[in-house]
Amino acid sequence: MIGIGIGFKWFIFVVAALVATGSSLMMVTRKNPIHSALWLIVTFFSVAILYVLLNATFIAVAQVMVYAGAIMMLVLFVIMLIHLEWGAQWTSSRSFAKLMGGIITVMLFLQVLAGVFTYSSVGQHGIYSAQKLAEIGNTRAVGGLLYGKYVFAFEVASILLLVGIVGAVLLARKRKD
Amino acid sequence: MEAVYTLIEMVVKNIVVVLVLMGFVAYTTLLERKLLGRLQVRPGPNRVGPFGLLQPIADGVKSFFKEDIVPDEADKTIYILAPGISLFAALSMFAVIPFGGTITLLGRQINLVVANIDTGLLYLLALATLGEYGVVLGGWASGNKYGVLGALRAAAQMISYEVALGLAVIGTIILAGSLNLGEIVAAQAGMWFIVKYPFGFIFYLVAGLAEINRTPFDMPESESELACGFNIEYSSMKFATFMIAEYAHMFTVAAIVTTLFLGGWMGPWLPGPVWFLIKVFAVIFFFIWERGTYPRLRYDHIMQFGWKVLLPLTLLNVVVTAALVALGVL
Repeated sequence: MIGIGIGFKWFIFVVAALVATGSSLMMVTRKNPIHSALWLIVTFFSVAILYVLLNATFIAVAQVMVYAGAIMMLVLFVIMLIHLEWGAQWTSSRSFAKLMGGIITVMLFLQVLAGVFTYSSVGQHGIYSAQKLAEIGNTRAVGGLLYGKYVFAFEVASILLLVGIVGAVLLARKRKD
Repeated sequence: MEAVYTLIEMVVKNIVVVLVLMGFVAYTTLLERKLLGRLQVRPGPNRVGPFGLLQPIADGVKSFFKEDIVPDEADKTIYILAPGISLFAALSMFAVIPFGGTITLLGRQINLVVANIDTGLLYLLALATLGEYGVVLGGWASGNKYGVLGALRAAAQMISYEVALGLAVIGTIILAGSLNLGEIVAAQAGMWFIVKYPFGFIFYLVAGLAEINRTPFDMPESESELACGFNIEYSSMKFATFMIAEYAHMFTVAAIVTTLFLGGWMGPWLPGPVWFLIKVFAVIFFFIWERGTYPRLRYDHIMQFGWKVLLPLTLLNVVVTAALVALGVL
């Protein structure tokens, strides 16, 4: 039975990984920004499935809730509001930016490939094994770490977001002149 | 063999729950029309079958045989997908809601919940936002300016009220110490959370009404200004799918209110599912009642209320509840 379980896991992994790659390709090649946004949602979903396979259910659900849900809704809202749908058209001329982008992408891809092929499990293993996570619950583990060991980084990140909000309010405020 | 039985149990549970849910959803539409009729001093639908009881079936058959129109301007794929997204989200939300304890059937212990997952509450919040995509994309893909306006309003409203919705349920998580809906129900064995955490209940009801786009928050489809808004171009079965999704969502939100604040399926004498349905329909009755009572709010008022009143209040509520739990009062 365990063999079937692992095979099934592999099957789901391969499907999710292929969908993630395919949908990100679709995302960058669509002309209509709304379609791009929708493909990005599909990508977020398949990445969430990968998180589930890694026993990180909390991160998976948070990913769907925050990124696929709220943030992409905001993106769609902005695209619809300023009516970009057919605005930004593809220019076929080879520009310098495109060339640089291509080179950087290829370099990063090679780097990832090198990382994959030279991977070896060195260093120490974390204390949260799959069994332990199942015992104490995923959300509890994440919460304990976020508000315990990493509370400083967590608070710094929230202050960063607060600064962003203050900045947005300042920009949106009516000028008195 | 055990694995095969588990698989069969899962499939059967899924099918039964979806079919029963669809039945209740169909009759929720009739209940709404009947009750709204009574609230407006008219009888409501009463021609099809005794007391109009066959009305949902007649509605279904009618919309099935109507002409299906796809506008020229529409983004075809998304236009067709949108109602499905709405229905999918509304139905799959129900999967984590426990509607009874365990029963023994054919010598097997069966848990009366489709998926007993650990992060059930977060799953609910995640799918609630996805359901709104159906409305937003349907409105946009119709290629109609009223549709786009409805979609924009739906998106803005969802972003604004989702925060309050999430903050309103945090108190129940603090009180129950779990995100699993089964454990949240179990934690209410002594006292319902509506007693311990009454403001959370009120905030959840308000934000929930905004989430299912019901009066007084029915901005995306306000008939008098947007001529039906997001579903203006939809006809036939696609329109019906939107309608079914809307009522399924309403049923699910009522079920969530029941589970989080009204003690879920638990109650004396009667079996669990019966209590569950009684409570759910009490909440649905409230939803219909307030629709017959309140006028629609203005759009900017809804936004102001969401950000400047509801959000600070829910935040305060979370802080106070957490402090009370920490001090051991609750």
